Amino acid sequence: MAAVPKRPPLPAILLANDLLDGDVVFASGGATDAIVWTRDPALALVATDDAAATVLESFAAAELAGNRVVDAYLVDVEIQSGAPVPRHFRERFKTLGPSNRPDLGKQAGDGIENGRRA
Amino acid sequence: MYRYDEFDERFVRERVGQFRDQVARRLDGSLTEDEFKPLRLKNGVYLQLHAYMLRIAIPYGTLSSRQLRQLALIGERYDRGYGHFTTRQNLQFNWPKLRDIPAILDLLADVEMHGIQTSGNCIRNVTADHFAGVAQDEIEDPRPTAELIRQWSSLHPEFSYLPRKFKIAVTGAEHDRAVIKAHDIGLRLRRHPDTGAVGYEISVGGGLGRTPMIGKVVRDHLPKGDLLAYLEAIMRVYNLEGRRDNKYKARVKILVHEIGAEEFTRRVEEEFARLDGPSVNADPAEVERIAAYFAPPAYETLPETSRTLDAMKAANPAFARWAEVNTAPHKAPGYTALTISLKPLGQAPGDATSDQMRLVADIADEFSHSEIRVTHAQNLVLPYVRQRDLFAIWQRLGEAGLASANVGLITDIIACPGLDYCALATARSIPIAQAIQQRFADAAREAEIGALNIKISGCINACGHHHVGHIGILGLEKRGIESYQITLGGDATENAAIGEILGPGLPAEEVPDAIERIVGVYLAQRVEGESFIDTVRRIGLAPFKSAFQEAAHAVA
Repeated sequence: MAAVPKRPPLPAILLANDLLDGDVVFASGGATDAIVWTRDPALALVATDDAAATVLESFAAAELAGNRVVDAYLVDVEIQSGAPVPRHFRERFKTLGPSNRPDLGKQAGDGIENGRRA
Repeated sequence: MYRYDEFDERFVRERVGQFRDQVARRLDGSLTEDEFKPLRLKNGVYLQLHAYMLRIAIPYGTLSSRQLRQLALIGERYDRGYGHFTTRQNLQFNWPKLRDIPAILDLLADVEMHGIQTSGNCIRNVTADHFAGVAQDEIEDPRPTAELIRQWSSLHPEFSYLPRKFKIAVTGAEHDRAVIKAHDIGLRLRRHPDTGAVGYEISVGGGLGRTPMIGKVVRDHLPKGDLLAYLEAIMRVYNLEGRRDNKYKARVKILVHEIGAEEFTRRVEEEFARLDGPSVNADPAEVERIAAYFAPPAYETLPETSRTLDAMKAANPAFARWAEVNTAPHKAPGYTALTISLKPLGQAPGDATSDQMRLVADIADEFSHSEIRVTHAQNLVLPYVRQRDLFAIWQRLGEAGLASANVGLITDIIACPGLDYCALATARSIPIAQAIQQRFADAAREAEIGALNIKISGCINACGHHHVGHIGILGLEKRGIESYQITLGGDATENAAIGEILGPGLPAEEVPDAIERIVGVYLAQRVEGESFIDTVRRIGLAPFKSAFQEAAHAVA
């Protein structure tokens, strides 16, 4: 689990689970260009070329080693209405929550600031 | 019910302390994830898609009202107000935070519960007939055996690092409600045909998953006193000879299959003969001490059938239907074993809210000697209900949406959490179950169809028991979409059978139509009083296959 898996096709985002809470988190651009984690999939940083993907992979490795997240990996996405959406249905559920419980998970705004709904 | 002694109590408390320390060391970086993962798994803590998951052992599916209330409290305080009852008679919380889990384990320890051995390559929670101790067709209560095995297998030093996980189920009845033939070891209490002495029929090598197998009988009749020595012999042969080079071939079923049941039996018998039985087998006084915990409650002397119940049924057809479908014959006159369906329309199979858990606990206190059972079919049972109380219970359950009259019928679907929660799943299970429930929601039609078990798994690991469903549904990924493979003719009872695949996989939206077609063949072909599975056995798969494939072509 500690190793970052093989790179998927681009564009891609980096997701992981927060170590303490288990919530799904996404690598996002910080205010000062530093990468930070966000719980909002719409704010995920999208890597469109190999250089950007490498930056995300390095961030993942550092964060795994720093014991802040677990199960970090890149997920290939397409851009829909300006936001990244995973191409694979498994990862789409991970950015939403259980499909039988729209009141739970990110689709219900869990952990997403400012009341913004994914 | 069994109560912890001082050793059990101390052991569970110490385990919580150890886990609290392990979490602290994980958070301060002293333990890496690779080091921590096996430790958390030993306490039932998994990482799922959206969050951590905590699996709590409910030994042989028996719960006190106090324990159920504690689960309700944990669900409310640390989770999202609900829990999920599983096919191993356990309970899973889907949203606990790692930081809270030590506190949750403290609350569990307060009511003699934990998550130990609900994961990993060890002997898992022992399951049993959910009507243990009350079923009319029972030869002997399986719970003392299950409890003895729980104690023997807990932290057994020789069997803590097996080639793979190991599941044991026990039944004491003629009719198998514990799916013993799909377990690594299945035990059936039976009377010796000549002597009448009660002993165990022992099956080994059953299992579902990617290589489904029906267990083979290795001993027709083992004297009860030899149980632990014989189990130890089986476990030792498996532990030494089970494959460790390939996790997909590591279960005991593969060993039994590869060397043959006869050779496996020979090796077990050889090991059994070599073992010092008296030093392994339980002291009869200890066996008696355990059995005393499962003495029946003080039953009232009641007539065989309740006139109050008959009057209420005559006055209220909906109640009558529920009372017919959800009750099972009881040993004690005037009593019944009541199944509370956790399959109401629109709810995920096996889910119960904290409020529902509390209500069931209250009803158990008032009407069922404070005891509840969890079934492998993801329902709850009140084992000691006076027939005359059924109407009052029905009314109270109805207010909480728990009075579905569908036990054993087409909408009483077993479904694993699937891709809505599970990190291993390849497709969703819950929405498929819900779509089928919706399609067959009409109560009269459901009654007309009669006994029919649909079982759904969201991956090949088969937690949803799809191989032994009369109709089984397996969710897979096919070319980037969810695809569902349908099997027919599986059976989870004493007539255990693995279902056969009907045809190509279907997209989710076509599954209810396919089920409809299969049911249509049954309704057209059945003879008077014949159940679905009996019709399948009589006419074979061919008519179902052609109806299924017509449907598949029609949509292709």
